Amino acid sequence: MSHYTLDAKRLMCPMPVIRTQDKVAELQVGDTLEVTCTDPGALNDIPAWCRINGHELVSSSEEKGEVVITVKVGEA
Amino acid sequence: MVSTQRKAVALISGGLDSLLAAKAMMEQGVHVEGINFYTGFCVEGHTHAIRKKDKAKPKRNNALWVAEQLGIKLHIVDIIEEYKDVVINPSHGYGQHMNPCLDCKGFMVKKAHEWIEENGFDFIVTGEVIGQRPMSQRKDTMPVIARESGAGDLLVRPLCAQHLPATLPEQEGWIDREQMFDFSGRTRKPQMALAEKYGFEEYAQPAGGCCFLTDEKYSKKISDLWESRGVRDYEIDDIMLLKVGRHIRPKKHFKVIIGREEGENNFLSGYRKMFTSLKTTSHAGPLALLDSVNDEESDEDIELAAQIVARYSQGRTADKVEVEITNKQGVSRLIKVTPISPSQLDEDWHV
Repeated sequence: MSHYTLDAKRLMCPMPVIRTQDKVAELQVGDTLEVTCTDPGALNDIPAWCRINGHELVSSSEEKGEVVITVKVGEA
Repeated sequence: MVSTQRKAVALISGGLDSLLAAKAMMEQGVHVEGINFYTGFCVEGHTHAIRKKDKAKPKRNNALWVAEQLGIKLHIVDIIEEYKDVVINPSHGYGQHMNPCLDCKGFMVKKAHEWIEENGFDFIVTGEVIGQRPMSQRKDTMPVIARESGAGDLLVRPLCAQHLPATLPEQEGWIDREQMFDFSGRTRKPQMALAEKYGFEEYAQPAGGCCFLTDEKYSKKISDLWESRGVRDYEIDDIMLLKVGRHIRPKKHFKVIIGREEGENNFLSGYRKMFTSLKTTSHAGPLALLDSVNDEESDEDIELAAQIVARYSQGRTADKVEVEITNKQGVSRLIKVTPISPSQLDEDWHV
């Protein structure tokens, strides 16, 4: 299981979700992906995307205009 | 004999109709997954995040929300690049503004058709209702979409299926025509009644309003962009910037984009490496970008832009306002200008 990062800064939703979705499609079950965004809309959209597509939201935080969300790839 | 569960992909906009259409197929035992296309012009999503006053509102992507209500997967597809041809060269022309609704729907169904072929799905579902706006939902245009998209009789519109010829899924008995609907026209009552029957108490305001291209002011800004550049083309940053700020074009070869509030100023500041930017320093004021057809603006152009920006600062009535001009490389200089008078700020300059 590996850890990956994704820079989705300056992208407006739903682009951070699309980039997350496309990256996760390349990963293995159990891998984690840390996404950094500047659009706070991602705080709602990426967790919603995780719930409907069977991935786990490990953590999410917002600090100084940056949103960091970690996703664990599920059995989708 | 155990029958195979059929699989359909439903175009999910986030509105009520596509929610109901997908649900109607699930009720018939079909495995449904959602697909949502992002064109760059979708009102859904990003624009909520720009203006500060909107930040307090819940930021929800309605397509994701609908998928969650239905308990289905949602595939969001970025079609920004391919969609340009739809906007620039619509074979069926535009609607009231720059909205190429018929070509748009045909293109999305075509992409969905490609998707079902790649993913082993059986058919496509849309929430279209005959006789409802936009023009893609007229009785004479619905067959055009089925034909030009290549989807043909694999395109099922459950909400008005009983008005349309039987599709392959109906002919094959995968779904039952009698359990679909005969909605037509602009009334929303049948949809609301069906929503209630299915137990959906909350849904996004349905029908239309999901695309910036149906907006008159936005459409004018695109026309202005193409006219000034002499070419009908755009990049994603162009169409994002058209959603933000005041756009003032004092000369054919340049315009000034001025933030109207803090959220927009912050958004515009993300573009400072792509444009010359202006900010008043002697008085509080907005951030502005100078969007020029030429790579380098003349001192005369910059001075005029600075006078306009000064007009929108707290120093609008001052004799002189100091403006910081920063080029794309981040090199700044200060100039002092007299704010342009309201009479000079020609109404025709406002895009």
